[in-house]
Amino acid sequence: MSADGTVKDEIAVPPRGPGRRKSRSETHPLVVIGLSFVTAIVVGGLLIAVTNQPTRNAARHFSSSPGKVFSSAWHAVSAAYIALFEGGVFDPHTFGHGNVWHDFSPLSETLYNATPLILVGLCVGLAFRTGLFNIGAQGQLILGATAAGYVGFTWHLPPVIHLVVALIVGVVAGAVWGGIAGYLKARSGAHEVITTIMMNYVALDLLNYALKTTAFRRPGSNQAISPIVHGTARLGKLLPSPLRVNLGLLIAVAATVGVAWLLTRSRLGFTLRAVGASPTAARTAGMNVGRTYVTSMVIAGGLAGLAGCSQILGGGTNYALTNAVDAGLGFDGITVALLGRAKPWPTVWAGLLFGALRAGSATMQSRTGTSIDLVTIVQSLVVLFIAAPAFVRAVFRLRNASDSGAAALAKGWNG
Amino acid sequence: MSVDTTGSLEIATPEIVEVPASRRARIVSGSVLIVVGVLCAVAFGLGSKAGHDARFRLSPPGAKYTMPNLVVPARIFALVVGIAIAAAGFWRIKKDFSNRAMKWVIALTILFVVSSFLCWSLTGKSATPLDLFGSGGLLGQTIFLAVPLILGALAGVMCERSGVINVAIEGQMLVGAFAGAMFGTISKNAAVGTIAGMLAGAVIAAVLAVFAIKYVVNQVVLGVVLNLLALGLTGFLYDAVMAPNSNSYNNVGTLSVLKIPLLGNIPIIGPLLFDQTIIVYLTYVLIFAVDILLFRTRWGLRTRAVGEHPKAADTVGINVRRTRYINVLIGGMLAGLAGATLTVGDSSGFVKNMTGGRGFIALAAVIFGRWSPRGAVGAALLFGFATSLQTVLSFIGTPVQIPSDLLGMLPYLATIFAVAGLVGRVRAPAADGEPYEGR
Repeated sequence: MSADGTVKDEIAVPPRGPGRRKSRSETHPLVVIGLSFVTAIVVGGLLIAVTNQPTRNAARHFSSSPGKVFSSAWHAVSAAYIALFEGGVFDPHTFGHGNVWHDFSPLSETLYNATPLILVGLCVGLAFRTGLFNIGAQGQLILGATAAGYVGFTWHLPPVIHLVVALIVGVVAGAVWGGIAGYLKARSGAHEVITTIMMNYVALDLLNYALKTTAFRRPGSNQAISPIVHGTARLGKLLPSPLRVNLGLLIAVAATVGVAWLLTRSRLGFTLRAVGASPTAARTAGMNVGRTYVTSMVIAGGLAGLAGCSQILGGGTNYALTNAVDAGLGFDGITVALLGRAKPWPTVWAGLLFGALRAGSATMQSRTGTSIDLVTIVQSLVVLFIAAPAFVRAVFRLRNASDSGAAALAKGWNG
Repeated sequence: MSVDTTGSLEIATPEIVEVPASRRARIVSGSVLIVVGVLCAVAFGLGSKAGHDARFRLSPPGAKYTMPNLVVPARIFALVVGIAIAAAGFWRIKKDFSNRAMKWVIALTILFVVSSFLCWSLTGKSATPLDLFGSGGLLGQTIFLAVPLILGALAGVMCERSGVINVAIEGQMLVGAFAGAMFGTISKNAAVGTIAGMLAGAVIAAVLAVFAIKYVVNQVVLGVVLNLLALGLTGFLYDAVMAPNSNSYNNVGTLSVLKIPLLGNIPIIGPLLFDQTIIVYLTYVLIFAVDILLFRTRWGLRTRAVGEHPKAADTVGINVRRTRYINVLIGGMLAGLAGATLTVGDSSGFVKNMTGGRGFIALAAVIFGRWSPRGAVGAALLFGFATSLQTVLSFIGTPVQIPSDLLGMLPYLATIFAVAGLVGRVRAPAADGEPYEGR
């Protein structure tokens, strides 16, 4: 409790179980999410239209032919979004040409991109449920990928064992990195946001350093890139090559089942949620809050480490370690967790959705020249809007627009 | 500046009451000093070649009054420094220093350990003296690298003192850098670019303010999301507008160096401090302005009251939300300016994600500097020095190869140690990050 009596132990994403729903009629969360998407897509479309060269050329003659501006803008926007859809879901251009498996190429890419996003989303979400904001998924992922990669390209082990060992090492590395932040929080109250941000950069520097050492540097290369992970340590593909969806997806689903079970069915999960709801109450009830923070961060770090494994062992950077192994997943995963409201299965759907955006963005860029950064814009806007349901309701004049969204009460550095 | 007429209402800044360090703390900190001293003496003293001198150039070429090079016998220097530090450690355990004296001991320890490290590193092979104060020298580069960090940190201090967490410094800097490059090129005027950068930073800050203050969104979540938004926006606009036409949109002119008459001729500090671009001078002014604003004006008193105890501030008639809005906007402008220094101030074009984590180092400087402008500036200078040292070490051949990436971790590790209470506890403004539900 803070000095002025406000409860500040509320987590960022309030659990919205049936017990919590207010009796008065409230806009359904899915409606808010849908409207957030629409708004974000519209904003993205406006950006495409405004920056589109033919549209800008047409705008110079706006007074003589105003219709041309709009048709040109509409053409640019629709072409970009259609390509985005075709790259992520279904592509009529390649459908039915040759190999049947190629018809699934967009879906495979979506699932492939969703795999690490789901894992990072689970990582961030689990920490959220314990009242911790883990911004350090990036660092934990990097450590996991580095450790798993090292095992993958240095050791020689029999096929299945090699993969399992690499996965375990990656998970442990991520868990240790996450656990440090949890330990610091438990021991000294150091705010996890600060420590995890800093540890992201420490991890990145460690990786950069490692890539200069003989242990990690690819022989004969003067670039910061490691050798290639041996075939025995790679995550097996689920569909015939070149489709990239791999065992990592099954691991992500298994992790979701595990986290869902942990949170709702296990004693530990109850403790995690109790600490997340109110550390003070949990402490009064005899729970060891500090140890719970460490446990939560260890598990979260392990999940991020697993995401790192899926990057390096699943071919994210062509099975070689570079300093781009994170690929922005650490922060995209935060948006996945926020969209999934820190719950395991919604996180999977959020991961699939953003995975589809990631998959489609490559097609969109190659076919229409629209920058892949559009996806980052859409993604961040969606999360920005759903974080403030009151804003969306106010924009669309929905009921309860006066509700200030106090449920999403923030907590400060000293919290 | 107006004399504080509300003196009777002065809310004291959280001053820690002098408590003698506990026995355990004394033994721990004393032992750390002894270990540091011994390590310094052994590694930099015995580790450097006997008879080798470290040479430092004190006057950059073209200085009006030249000074002879400074020559330091590296081994003797490091040995003396190491023994002195170890002695201070013993003193700490046996007799203890006052808290004030201990701060000096720590500061001098860091200063001398770094100096002996530098002397040691110069005994490797380089015969050319190390330039210290020139614009490309170790300390000159420190100032250059620290300017965006200082401005970003001041932005953080402004926001967080009023109770709004600003994790979006990085994003504000990024849009500032983008807008600076874009409008600086279009207008062919550095000043226009700088102002555009400040306004762009303020736009992101406005979103931060509205969502944090009006819609009560978790401010850390908000900051993270806004960083992503800024990254996406600048990346998208770069691809769509800038990259195809970089000559007409991403080609800022060079910002000329202005030497201040008289001051610029002072030996040593003249070329270091007063032979810089206008952005650096602007930074000097802003450092003093923010410090005075926060601690010597009515507005600052109100800001700090709002950041510490909004309800109390509201009770005496301060408009909490308005105060926060304005502070966040000022912060956004400072962060945007910090970004503009990277393009306009450096006479270089925009590239995607060009801030590269500087906003987070600035945030670290805010925290490391204990949310005070002076502390934040000091921390930013320290972090700038670490970066400058990184580049300098990479081209002087040190006796033993120093991995520059490990050196790059120092700011982050220092901040972790600071928040974990290993070098004295840091404490945020009491209401930092807590939305005010009142009016």
